Amino acid sequence: MTDHTANEHDAVDEDRRNFIHIATGAAAFGGTAMFAWVAVDQWNPAADTKAASAMDVDISKIPACGEIRVLIGGKPFFIRHRTATEISEAEAVNISTLRDPQSDDDRLRPKPDGSLNRSILITSGSCTHLGCVPLGPCQGNTGDFGGWYCPCHGSHYDTSGRIRKGPAPRNLPVPDYRYLSDTVVNISL
Amino acid sequence: MSGHESSYEPTNAFTRWLDSRLPIIRFAQDHAMNFPTPKNLNYWWTFGGILAVCLVVQIVTGVILAMHYSPGVDTAFASVERIMRDVPYGWLLRYIHSNGASMFFLAVYIHMFRGLYYGSYKAPREVLWVLGCVIYLLMMATAFLGYMLPWGQMSYHGSNVITGLFGAIPIIGDTIHTWIMGGPSIGNQTLQRFFSLHYLLPFMIAAVVVLHVWALHVPGNNNPTGVEVQDVEKETVPFHPYYTVKDAFAIVLFFMMFAVFVFYAPNVLGHADNYVQANPLVTPSHIVPEWYFLPFYAILRAITFDVGPIPAKLLGVIFMFAAIAVLFLLPWMDTSKVKSMRYRPVARQFFFGFVATCLLLGWCGASNPDDGVFGTPGKKLVVSYTDAGGAEITSEYDGGGEAYLDAKKFVESLPAGTNASISAVAKPTFQFRHLSLILTFAYFGYFILLFFVGLTESSKAVPESIHKSVLKRSKPSTATAIPAE
Ligand code: HEM
Ligand code: FES
Repeated sequence: MTDHTANEHDAVDEDRRNFIHIATGAAAFGGTAMFAWVAVDQWNPAADTKAASAMDVDISKIPACGEIRVLIGGKPFFIRHRTATEISEAEAVNISTLRDPQSDDDRLRPKPDGSLNRSILITSGSCTHLGCVPLGPCQGNTGDFGGWYCPCHGSHYDTSGRIRKGPAPRNLPVPDYRYLSDTVVNISL
Repeated sequence: MSGHESSYEPTNAFTRWLDSRLPIIRFAQDHAMNFPTPKNLNYWWTFGGILAVCLVVQIVTGVILAMHYSPGVDTAFASVERIMRDVPYGWLLRYIHSNGASMFFLAVYIHMFRGLYYGSYKAPREVLWVLGCVIYLLMMATAFLGYMLPWGQMSYHGSNVITGLFGAIPIIGDTIHTWIMGGPSIGNQTLQRFFSLHYLLPFMIAAVVVLHVWALHVPGNNNPTGVEVQDVEKETVPFHPYYTVKDAFAIVLFFMMFAVFVFYAPNVLGHADNYVQANPLVTPSHIVPEWYFLPFYAILRAITFDVGPIPAKLLGVIFMFAAIAVLFLLPWMDTSKVKSMRYRPVARQFFFGFVATCLLLGWCGASNPDDGVFGTPGKKLVVSYTDAGGAEITSEYDGGGEAYLDAKKFVESLPAGTNASISAVAKPTFQFRHLSLILTFAYFGYFILLFFVGLTESSKAVPESIHKSVLKRSKPSTATAIPAE
């Protein structure tokens, strides 16, 4: 290319060049970095999406040995009304034999007065193996242990939602929830 | 320039290997780094780079907005509000995108006036110019389609008006109109196809930009003298670093101005009505397009009379499209061989007149056509009555309260049975519709004048070469041994 030799460029003002290089470079890098932050952050859950991640559920109308399912933030949750037999089955299990040892009481949250409502079990509805939604009493299949059966790869959960057989590694997680009254629970992700 | 020798030398085994298979580094070096560029380009030449960045900004923010936007008459408006309130930084992304459209047009208008002033549309750059006009046309289409997406009052009624233009076409107009809308009116189906196209067109713009730059790199840049490069050694500098830095500096300044709009006045260029959800039953009382369409809108409305068999509605549409079409023909309408207006004293005056015409047309487009240009004048009183012979007679009274008293006295003085009545009538005045019409003729007149002026004008002495012109300009200050660039 054109060779600009010394005599033409004797008068080059280096300070001026440096100023332009630094000012322009700083603006370009600073601007790009600030925009990159925005472009990345906008993938995060939006305020309304976050706001939709809790729900009040009326538990008074679930028939015994029945279940309702709710979606919170698009994720399924089970609210199971257990019979006395189911409760005692859940309590009778020897915890040390479990893959993910947890007592039935560990899987319940107290009411405002501190007592446990053993007849209502609230768990996540997604199988801890790969996320299918297990079948339950209303679908006519509760698996070998009377709780839930996951059709995808055959995980069996008991009446406390604990994993008993099959590939799933952990019990159905218990979400954050609290009793607002005897009949209403607030469940959040 | 196409003629320039490639100066790329692969430096290692890998680049040598790649160079004989896909000479992409050579291509980049020849076209983005070493490209010989006239050394006398001024800041008006930085708008090409600014435009490229504008396109990138629109595409990046647009693709992100599309992740959150939901086309559909029941969801679009709410999804834009959700972007504004709930999506992290959604307000920023949307304001960059909506103001970015305005910045894009601001830059393109400056870029085009630059071309008009320095004769960059003339041989051998006609194709380059025409491709630029294609980009401009696509930009207008894109912006129009995008403006519909938020589904506000302006979105809806604006697109109603614009799609209605096609209805003016004789015979097949109604069919085309229905075809564009996908139904008897603008509805969900229209919104969805417009969204699809709004996503598509920017990528078509990007493709035409590639052609535009290709067509630029064949003859090389024009320059403020309009004299072609004769000596590559003396008269050009490599694009990088000389113009990459100059362009980058200008881009930074431009973005500062852009940022002022985004952060301090994000809605000044828009219309409050567009924050009201579309209501097909009520058109906003003052409906105008975005600022960058105003001159064309003024031309459209300027034609209010039929000419022979052509109805006013169709004629307005014809003139509006002709105002854009004439740009495509410009390279063959200007008969002067001298490119730069620096050396065309007469044409130069017309050029500035043309710039003023465009700005004033914009003002007309923004104004109510029936308003007076110099303020709205008062009214005058008109007394009308029938005289003894049965003829209708009117007499006028101008002024304040005393005019009314005079008129009243006059009415009372008339004999019975003359059916006298007094009414207030607006005084005739110079309205925006009249100004628009004059300016419309001035707009087209510029192109016609270029044809005739070019045939007859005597231009000033054009410098022999870029090098000579640069030396001459710097002489007074550096008259000594070192000739400055
Ligand atoms: C040539 C480049 C472009 C121009 C001139 C342009 C122009 C516009 C305009 C004027 C609006 C209305 C702004 C408002 O008032 O809200 C808009 C909205 C929109 N544009 Fe673009 N746009 C361009 C490129 C793109 C691209 C590449 C995409 C992505 C696919 C895109 C996606 C959107 C979306 C989703 C909206 C609706 C959201 C909103 O209203 O802010 N745009 N565009
Ligand atoms: S997902 Fe439930 S067993 Fe695999």
